[in-house]
Amino acid sequence: MPDLLIELFSEEIPARMQARAADDLRKLVTDGLVEAGLTYAGAAAFSTPRRLTLSIDGLTAESQAVREERKGPKVGAPDKAIEGFLRGAGVAREDLEVRDDKKGQVYFAIIEKPGRMAADIIAEVLEKVIRNFPWPKSMRWGDGPLKWVRPLHSILCILSDEAGTEVVPLDVDGIVSGNTTQGHRFLAPDTFTVVNFDDYEAKLKRANVVLRADERAEAIWHDATHQAFAMGLEVVEDRGLLTEVAGLVEWPVVLLGQIDDAFLGLPPEVLQTSMKEHQKFFSVRNNVTGRIERFVTVANMETADTGATILAGNQKVLSARLADAKFFWENDLRVAKAGMQPWLDSLANVTFHNKLGSQKERIERIAALAREIAPSVGADPDLAEQAARIAKADLSSEMVYEFPELQGLMGRYYAAEAGLDAQIAAVCEEHYSPLGPSDDVPTAPVSVAVALADKIDTLTGFWAIDEKPTGSKDPFALRRAALGVIRLVLENDFRLELTGNLIKQITIIELSETVGRLQLTAKELRDALQTADVGLDPDKVVKDFILRRLGKERDAIDVNSLTTGAKSVNLLSFFHDRLKVFLRDKGIRHDIIDACIAMPGNDDLTLLVKRAEALAATLATDDGENLIQGFKRANNILTQAEEKDGVEYSYGADIKFAEDAAEKALFAALDAANAKITPAMEAQDFSTAMHAMAALRAPIDAFFTDVQVNADSALLRRNRLNLLSRIRNICLSVADLTKIDG
Amino acid sequence: MADKPRSFQEIILRLQTYWAAKGCAILQPYDMEVGAGTFHPATTLRALGSKPWAAAYVQPSRRPTDGRYGENPNRLQHYYQYQVLIKPSPPDLQDLYLGSLDAIGIDASMHDIRFVEDDWESPTLGAWGLGWEVWCDGMEVSQFTYFQQVGGHDCKPVSGELTYGLERLAMYVLGVDHVMEMPFNDPQTPIPLTYGDIFKQTEQEYSRWNFDVADTEVLLQHFVDAEAECQRILDAPAEDPKTGSKIIMAHPAYDQCIKASHVFNLLDARGVISVTERQAYIGRVRALAKACADAFVQTEAGGAAA
Repeated sequence: MPDLLIELFSEEIPARMQARAADDLRKLVTDGLVEAGLTYAGAAAFSTPRRLTLSIDGLTAESQAVREERKGPKVGAPDKAIEGFLRGAGVAREDLEVRDDKKGQVYFAIIEKPGRMAADIIAEVLEKVIRNFPWPKSMRWGDGPLKWVRPLHSILCILSDEAGTEVVPLDVDGIVSGNTTQGHRFLAPDTFTVVNFDDYEAKLKRANVVLRADERAEAIWHDATHQAFAMGLEVVEDRGLLTEVAGLVEWPVVLLGQIDDAFLGLPPEVLQTSMKEHQKFFSVRNNVTGRIERFVTVANMETADTGATILAGNQKVLSARLADAKFFWENDLRVAKAGMQPWLDSLANVTFHNKLGSQKERIERIAALAREIAPSVGADPDLAEQAARIAKADLSSEMVYEFPELQGLMGRYYAAEAGLDAQIAAVCEEHYSPLGPSDDVPTAPVSVAVALADKIDTLTGFWAIDEKPTGSKDPFALRRAALGVIRLVLENDFRLELTGNLIKQITIIELSETVGRLQLTAKELRDALQTADVGLDPDKVVKDFILRRLGKERDAIDVNSLTTGAKSVNLLSFFHDRLKVFLRDKGIRHDIIDACIAMPGNDDLTLLVKRAEALAATLATDDGENLIQGFKRANNILTQAEEKDGVEYSYGADIKFAEDAAEKALFAALDAANAKITPAMEAQDFSTAMHAMAALRAPIDAFFTDVQVNADSALLRRNRLNLLSRIRNICLSVADLTKIDG
Repeated sequence: MADKPRSFQEIILRLQTYWAAKGCAILQPYDMEVGAGTFHPATTLRALGSKPWAAAYVQPSRRPTDGRYGENPNRLQHYYQYQVLIKPSPPDLQDLYLGSLDAIGIDASMHDIRFVEDDWESPTLGAWGLGWEVWCDGMEVSQFTYFQQVGGHDCKPVSGELTYGLERLAMYVLGVDHVMEMPFNDPQTPIPLTYGDIFKQTEQEYSRWNFDVADTEVLLQHFVDAEAECQRILDAPAEDPKTGSKIIMAHPAYDQCIKASHVFNLLDARGVISVTERQAYIGRVRALAKACADAFVQTEAGGAAA
């Protein structure tokens, strides 16, 4: 059983692509070998900045011969059919056998595929893999057509076993495979031969190349933490940076450097970001002072002066970078201490989106909305409005222009420097949260109010101009914004009726050019929609409402072109879709959510989720599950009867016409359930209500067992149908059980 | 390993000598205002077509927005790039490049030289390539690019492009902290001149003009004129009625493209171009660059049959 070793040696591969490429190489080559009939015991892939390496052990020396029989057309079939069969089977006419079949004589092709030597298969597979490698970005070089991530220089490809080592012959556009490679670019540039993987890895190490990325990362982390520890300091952990740096060196040499005292007054995040983004340095913290005082850089080089020149160079570059950062910081502080007004003014010149106006206009909208939302989340309206006005001021600062990833955080520093309330400073940083599904959700009421207003304004804005996410395209991260609203509301257990806010923001945006500032409140809008007839076109309700509130601007507006109501309905259903995804991850079925979305008050997400949770809990019980069957049976009988009779059985079931014990018991049970459910629903105590509903299971089952609904007597039948309608009404008052699967 | 150079100009001279010895034609700077050495037709146009090419040159470059009145230690509105373009890119281009660092006194055994991913894209030239920024002890000293497309055309063969930011590189080699203090000629000569002696005043003058004085109305008109002239030149029939020969005027047209690009940079520095307009202007310059590239590949130098 030979072992296979492949190394693809190239110019420097981008660090971010290395791990994935090694994995792709392993997968593509092993898949190709297996498909061609070889098997192997194990495979491992490695990467350095200049090489992708694959080691496969226990490979079969050749593929097995395969014999396949294929049944063809009947003897005497048209020539065309026979020729087609020959082509498909890849055999000649004289090789066909004639055999007796049930229906007469039939041609058979015997296809013999001889076993192939592993080397032939490897050469074929590897060439194909090289030519079709899935690099995120690849390039040509020189005058060849070959594409690789950067110019490919050599291919090492050897099979080795006890008997020795053979090169697998391969020629990819003039790059001929061999059994040699080379070491570190500067420390050991000579070419050397390799006999197997162990030999390869050992010789590479002697030639100043650590093959394994995790070994390089570990060495870096070990040396960095030890050097820092020796000075009583601690390296700030950064996994992403560690992986990247391990991909930039073949021979890591850790150097601990000093940050000039002049820069120690900068916020630690600024030092950290500048050092990481520009120089790929680790930050080293003094845990006593909490300051970043030193840095770790990782060189790819050992020098006679043990890195002194390298470190001096790096310190110089860092000082120049930090001098820039300090310059920005000091300029920014001057503006911040004077109240940040120039920044706020200049946001008028920053376009948020060409159809949605400037950042300043957007901030105005957010401030108004934050004020309105504030009471629902327990925040002071004045404070929320003030915070919303300041929250994005740092977007104009020099530091954020240089390091956009520091937005919010710098705002917090600057708001504090401006002497603003600590709650406002916190809003600057927290109102962007949560950014992802695992990001922390702010809990401070003022932060929540502004965070909600910010996201709702973004969503309503893009809905107003019809820039909704489609398929995988979501350039404005609107799904993330909707999930943010959902998490802010649910995790803080706030009650917020969305519809009014959505209509209001969309209206304000749609009418902003003609009407200026509309004096509408979300509550008014929502109430208007709620009190309107059910089933009435939401657009019409909103239009009528807006028209009533407009003054002389009325003539300037083509009210019929407004689709505010439809947009808000569509946006609410977008929220519901995101909520379904969110709850599915928490184990709540989509049909359960649908059953609750169909109920009134579905724009209050907290209420909606409480209902869904209670329903899920109920359906998980034996009673709950069977109740659904009972409900569906009742509903089906009733619907059929209503269709047939052309009337609605909705009222008037009277116990005095009940004949059967089970029938009487059901009357009693429905009365009892009603007595519990009605007050429970009023108190939004879904658990109690659903518990009472589930208790109907036994009486309903007994009723269907003992009682014939479609009785001969029309009076009895009508009474029983009306009784079923009580079941339906009680159940539907809790959730729309018709939506439940099964 | 070469000894240490003593002045800015010595570094330039050594690069010229080195690349001349490696077979490059040593060209002179292009006689127009450009933002980078890449704009020189010896790079932009000669990267197109099938004909082999090897050239190296210094290119004075202007970035009006980078003006700092000569105060910033390394930011200038006028600076020098050293540019090498070889087509097809030779297999040992990385080694050739490292040899040039050695020639100017950077000893690879004492420094940490790294090739760090940097994809190059010029939206104004409709060009992109893959390569690296080259780091020496954490400082970017060069750009190293394999051109994949220029003016919307695939580069076949591929050119290898090296760009050295001369001031920054020289400051590092000479151990100078402020560009204005860097010796321009040999400090031991009877009349030693620093970079500041030559450029401090011009940096002040141009910074003021770029930021506050340049007449934006005139510049806007220049842009429109250059754009129109470029198009007019390219619209002229290929056959010259006077000589009866086929003369496609790719280079004169490209001059107008360069002009439009520089005028755009000046307008940008004057702060009269909004974020949305920016994209539109870049698109207009790119359209010119593409049209010039289309014209160049129809010429003999561009690889078309004569």
